[in-house]
Amino acid sequence: MWQFFHKLGSPKWFFGIANRLMPWLMWGGVVLLFAGLIWGLAFAPKDYLQGNSYRIIFIHVPSAFLAQSVYIMMAVAAVVTLVWRMKLADVFVKAAAPVGAVLTFLALFTGAVWGKPTWGTWWIWDARLTSMLILLFLYFGVIALGAAISDEKSSARAVAVLVLVGVVNIPIIKYSVEWWNTLHQPATFKLTEKPAMPMEMWVPLLLSVLGLYLIFGWFACLRMQTEILVRERRTRWVKALVQAEES
Amino acid sequence: MHPIRKKRLIIVLFLLAGIAVAVGLTTYALRQNINLFYDPSQIVAGEAPVDVRIRAGGMVEEGSVLRDPESLKVEFKVTDFNSSVLVEYTGILPDLFAEGQGVVAMGRMTDNGRFVADQVLAKHDENYMPPEVAEALERASGGKHKAVDGNSTGAGY
Amino acid sequence: MAFDSLTAFVVMEGHGPYVWTCYGVFFLLLGALVFWSLHQRRQVMAAQRRELSRTGRDQSSTSRPVATASFSRVNDSQD
Repeated sequence: MWQFFHKLGSPKWFFGIANRLMPWLMWGGVVLLFAGLIWGLAFAPKDYLQGNSYRIIFIHVPSAFLAQSVYIMMAVAAVVTLVWRMKLADVFVKAAAPVGAVLTFLALFTGAVWGKPTWGTWWIWDARLTSMLILLFLYFGVIALGAAISDEKSSARAVAVLVLVGVVNIPIIKYSVEWWNTLHQPATFKLTEKPAMPMEMWVPLLLSVLGLYLIFGWFACLRMQTEILVRERRTRWVKALVQAEES
Repeated sequence: MHPIRKKRLIIVLFLLAGIAVAVGLTTYALRQNINLFYDPSQIVAGEAPVDVRIRAGGMVEEGSVLRDPESLKVEFKVTDFNSSVLVEYTGILPDLFAEGQGVVAMGRMTDNGRFVADQVLAKHDENYMPPEVAEALERASGGKHKAVDGNSTGAGY
Repeated sequence: MAFDSLTAFVVMEGHGPYVWTCYGVFFLLLGALVFWSLHQRRQVMAAQRRELSRTGRDQSSTSRPVATASFSRVNDSQD
């Protein structure tokens, strides 16, 4: 266990693993995501109340779900950065933050477009929507802080602290719809309980969530590799790698 | 675990606990402001201020919607199955607006206990189902629905 | 298929613009992110290659020490 943990800290070892994983993540993700979306768009029945506008759920929920999951993963990595000083954990945080920001933006945007025909408004300052907007700003803050400090070690620590401070927002997002009166409805896609929709709607939703997870994995691998190439550029193995790619 | 790492882990956990407590207390103190709307029971109990722009939310009571044939004016009762409030609104209602459906209305309470709304939003729940299923459910529970309604109007204000 | 025709699929009983805007923006942004990430990677590789060919010219004196120095840097990366 500990040996695996230490191996994981080796950028070279990770680089090789990522190379092997990436095709699977990308193609698996694309297949699952497209299966889920095409099923959801064209074959799932329409909703009795909202009609066809509910089909936005098949991208809204995966984006929102991933936006929060990515932040939780970043928080775990931040603890590893602060306690074990593992460089790869910081590499993950820096690589994942822009992807998380895009996913959060997508969740907010698709929610706004969906809210117009169903609720009657693009935006309302209710607890769920506001806490999600705070998540977007947290992602921006992480990106900006990481870019602002050039020293690798202090940048890693500062960013890790910011990520950890922001993690309290995650339970607020999740439970906002239960703790307060909100316009936003409670969660439809639940992992622990029976879903609040029939199988022919729930299965495509599950497929697109899983697909987006795999695609996030691909993004994380690729962007971490890039970050490693920059940080480890003076090592022998990176030089060998660059030369090998040249020929 | 290495003692230094253990110490760092404890510091990190304390940091997290501290922030969680701080944020928890803040949200608890602000809980009334975070609520998007007052429900009818709160309004009937007089918790909502008069003549200040507030939001009221609840279910549109079955059989309470009165449309003015001359204009876009509409009147309906919003209920939480304990109390209900009469809402007055002039304008276009969202597609999802219907009797038995959730709504959030923005406007002011008048002195005579009516709520004059300038905006009405539809609120829906987390349940999705195909139209056929909804029809079947409706048929199966048709009698029960009416009974609930009777009760709620009986207990009205 | 939940729709009778292709037109019905596109129109979605009037909700078409909302649904298709969402799907469009979703793929546009994810596509841009893929493009940007790959572009960054190519740029880093190109920069490294330039760096390598520049130091490669006076290689006999520099390349050896640099390699050993950085090797130790990897080892102490944990704390």
